[in-house]
Amino acid sequence: MDERNFTYMFFGFAAAWLILALYVLSLVAREKRLRRELDSVRNMLEQRERT
Amino acid sequence: MRERILYALGAIAGLWLARNLYVILLGLPDEAAQGAIYRILFFHVPGWITCFTAFLLAGISSILYLIKSDPRYDTFAVATVEVGIAFTVIGLVTGSIWARIIWGIWWTWDPRLTWALITCIIYMGYLMLRRAIDEPTTRAKNAAVLCIFSFASVVITYKAIDWWRTQHPGAVLSFRTGGGSIDPLMESMLFQNAAALLLLAAVLVAVRMRQEEIGREVESLRRHAHAI
Repeated sequence: MDERNFTYMFFGFAAAWLILALYVLSLVAREKRLRRELDSVRNMLEQRERT
Repeated sequence: MRERILYALGAIAGLWLARNLYVILLGLPDEAAQGAIYRILFFHVPGWITCFTAFLLAGISSILYLIKSDPRYDTFAVATVEVGIAFTVIGLVTGSIWARIIWGIWWTWDPRLTWALITCIIYMGYLMLRRAIDEPTTRAKNAAVLCIFSFASVVITYKAIDWWRTQHPGAVLSFRTGGGSIDPLMESMLFQNAAALLLLAAVLVAVRMRQEEIGREVESLRRHAHAI
């Protein structure tokens, strides 16, 4: 029981940190995508204004 | 400058959580009845404190949006809801792992657990609603109304352990019981971890708000490009 108790405690902590880490990674990925989109729309707008 | 402050606060929150983890694992004794597994509650309860705070702030921000029509309130609401959902999932998963040892089951349809799941689903629905509406003002107004009504589910989840005494343990924190249900040292550590998680959540909300502002700028530039 004690060993199982300790193992599940580890699972609990690991799950909490993993969920946080996955959310932070998803934020990083979204930030990159949004900045790429912003650059591409700005470039498109500049080209349209020139023509 | 703003980014540096965010990184610094994020680093402080990370170090604070690491220090708390050290104290929780090595500084605190095992609980008499539950053994080592009770330590999960140092993430489970603060996770719920963080998500309830996030949903409360999202509700207030949604009311302010409907009154003032300032898009910054909408931005704040969506950021806090999204971060709140992450902490709701932490609460549900850690609770389930704790239950596997203490109750012998991963899940039961106890009122507290059921309402917690419903709350999570309702706020996920809020994010889905936002994706379904293209026009920014209509999206913000509809989302604000849903966000305000969704808070009722948070109140029911919070009060479920008082209204229906079933499987989930009753309140243990001093401000709800008047004291005597939890060791002061353990309660102090629980609040310290809640404070660290709230700081981390604040940083995540700020990052998410910045992304929402970039998204708004992309939308506005696209509309401008189509108009040319």
